[in-house]
Amino acid sequence: MSEDLTTTQSEGGNKVSAFVRREIGRVAALASLVIIFTFFTIMRPVFASWANVSGGILMSTTVIGLLAIGVTFVIITGGIDLSVGTSMALVAVITGKTVMAYDLNVWTGILFGMLVGGLLGAINGLLITVLKLPAFIATLATMKGAQGLALIISDMKPILFATDVEGWDQIARGNIIPNFPNAVLILFVAAIIGSLILNKTVLGRYNFAIGSNLEATKLSGVKVNRWLVAIYALCGVYVGLAAVVITSRLGSAQPDLGLGYELEAIAAVIIGGTSLFGGKGTIGGTVIGALIMSVLINGLRILELQQEWQYVVVGAVILFAVFADNLRRRRAGDTTV
Amino acid sequence: MATAQLLSLTGVSKVFPGVKALDNVQFDLNEGEVHAIVGENGAGKSTLMKILSGIYKKDAGDVKYRGQSVEIPNPFEAQRLGISIIHQELNLMPHLTVAQNIYIGREDRRPGRVFLDNPKLNEEAAKLLAELELNLDPKAIVGELTIAKQQMVEIAKAVSYRGTVIIMDEPTSSLTPAETDALFKIIRTLKAAGKGVVYISHRLEELAKITDRITVIRDGQYVKTLKTTETSIPEVISLMVGRKVDQDQRPTNRNISSEIVMKVDGISDRHLLRDVSFELRKGEILGFAGLMGAGRTELARAIIGADPKTAGTITLHGKEVKIKQPSDAVAAGIGYLSEDRKRFGLLLIQNLTFNVILSSIPRFSKFGWLRIKPAAGVTRDVISQLRVRTPSENQFVKNLSGGNQQKVVIGKWLTRNCDILIFDEPTRGIDVGAKDEIYKLLTKLAEEGKSIIMISSELPEILRMSDRVAVMCNGRLTGIIDNKDANQEVIIEYATKFSDELPAVH
Repeated sequence: MSEDLTTTQSEGGNKVSAFVRREIGRVAALASLVIIFTFFTIMRPVFASWANVSGGILMSTTVIGLLAIGVTFVIITGGIDLSVGTSMALVAVITGKTVMAYDLNVWTGILFGMLVGGLLGAINGLLITVLKLPAFIATLATMKGAQGLALIISDMKPILFATDVEGWDQIARGNIIPNFPNAVLILFVAAIIGSLILNKTVLGRYNFAIGSNLEATKLSGVKVNRWLVAIYALCGVYVGLAAVVITSRLGSAQPDLGLGYELEAIAAVIIGGTSLFGGKGTIGGTVIGALIMSVLINGLRILELQQEWQYVVVGAVILFAVFADNLRRRRAGDTTV
Repeated sequence: MATAQLLSLTGVSKVFPGVKALDNVQFDLNEGEVHAIVGENGAGKSTLMKILSGIYKKDAGDVKYRGQSVEIPNPFEAQRLGISIIHQELNLMPHLTVAQNIYIGREDRRPGRVFLDNPKLNEEAAKLLAELELNLDPKAIVGELTIAKQQMVEIAKAVSYRGTVIIMDEPTSSLTPAETDALFKIIRTLKAAGKGVVYISHRLEELAKITDRITVIRDGQYVKTLKTTETSIPEVISLMVGRKVDQDQRPTNRNISSEIVMKVDGISDRHLLRDVSFELRKGEILGFAGLMGAGRTELARAIIGADPKTAGTITLHGKEVKIKQPSDAVAAGIGYLSEDRKRFGLLLIQNLTFNVILSSIPRFSKFGWLRIKPAAGVTRDVISQLRVRTPSENQFVKNLSGGNQQKVVIGKWLTRNCDILIFDEPTRGIDVGAKDEIYKLLTKLAEEGKSIIMISSELPEILRMSDRVAVMCNGRLTGIIDNKDANQEVIIEYATKFSDELPAVH
């Protein structure tokens, strides 16, 4: 009761502290990012050079970042998508083949990739809702399936199509804004759109509702299954966009590149403060989470730490991020996790 | 007869936050005796049994086992003493065999033994089953047995501890008459072997057949212990119900129109419901009374399409509607307020606005975009109209009290403009002061023309609120009574009509 009263009194008067309290997950993630960044800058000033920041850190965040944004929607429903990595490879291969076969231009190629990604996502959604498979199992199956299909369709060879399509290489490497790679611009725009979808649309609202309490949402008259399919499809659209970006960066579709990306994407989502139990999460947090991972890898590489040890550090950071988040919640008396 | 006393409880009390669940209760049990404990829902029967089996700790009082004062801090100690309990919900592992279930946790684990000795386990189980004259295969998979046979496995398990006190909590709740007779035969075998059986049942007519004594408790207090041969069902009922005070509270005479808003005809489901039919009038509160497990919640869930029905139709305003999933019910204007608000009603980790608009999101959106401002406005209206005590509409629902959470769920359905509201235990977990407020709110809603189905296990609540009382027993509707003809005795009588001869339903 007394807690209620204090909230009433402090409302309005103390907006900043209220904001910090509400957004503490993201504030903490952002603070960690700044601290890690500062640490590497002090150790090696070259780390903070724009060449390293844009070409090294930001550029390497783009693909994992896009996948992570897509997975954020799914994780907020309380689900999981393990298929995003290999689905990306499959979309890349299908898009490459189709663009070559039908001589598509760059814009139709991009749209086509996103569409194929959306369809793959919708298949996940249907497996989960119609066949009532647990998300973990359904997407584990599609993960393996996509991995195989990407190899079959490509005949296990990279598809070198990017140079044949005018402007395809510019998708990632061009600079609409001087000195700012387009891929990074795409990541930020996609993040803003994702954030708007999550917070301002009916889809986003149902996304949170399903993750908070699926049964209650269903009993409130929401057609939960339909919305779940839509959410998995939306995740797929982001996977499609990631596929477009990675083919542009590499100049080709690599059928065997993607396995393992799903776990990095999920790690970014979790470091960004989204709850694996569903109902809570932000796109901004996910982008920060993805940036933390890139900054770490890039910085450790500049410090010439061996690759094996880089993995260990990333593992430790994931543990620490989740542990700190749990600790904070427990102190706040939040038992819902 | 010179039979030894097995158990003797005196002055046992137990307090839960805000509720005195047991207050100075006494009870005793002799060798070779079946002693029943009866009382209304919430009278404290289960609490007492949980104290005996070491699940709860008593706050005061004395428990004597064979004349010695004992403490039962945990279930292991209860088992060591020889007290076994068979819970209402069976606690078996469906994928294991009968023998494996009986001896679970007591497998041979001597050093040097690597694999389990299933043949030996089966042999021992077979001996035990023969002793109890149970016709069960030790190697049968439990999940493939009927409920009655599973119950027998539970009994065999309880006996295998070589205990002397066996507590049976509603053992016949899911048995057919023939199976019940088989169970009684086993109980008589146990009696003959000198064991004491504590028997809890709502089925009063069974008591005469199997029990030696009956102890009545009410509102957590000991009422009386009767010899079965010297009492009658009406006497037991009147002792169970006891108080007359609450019966004074009746609904004020409302003008209920004769307009029928909903007609439910012949609803059955796969498990429990059998041919349930009733009509709901505009502006009426139709109470649904019955014992736990009578099928009231199941009926509500079948009506709104949350669980499948195998037969039956629902007609709204004279037009039949097909309700296959909850969204159909909501579209037809039926809102369901579950007894388990936290699980089935609320998004606890979200704020009031989110919860209030959850059923009406299309109304608060344009081309897929959410319009937050009107939603917050509507929520503020709900807060002031229903007097929800909250600092603002941005408060998380988990921070509200039970009564205020209930108001948020009500607000959700009012926002959706539902004209049929099904309240399942509307005041469960709500403290006394807030209860009154919920009652006033329900009355007001009915006066405004909403039609309300109110499921409640509290008879005073049923009598106070309902214009008519529908009573269910064992998945059937056994009677619909006008409030003026209703009292606790009549309702209990209908609620315990387990036989096939049903009174006329009007």
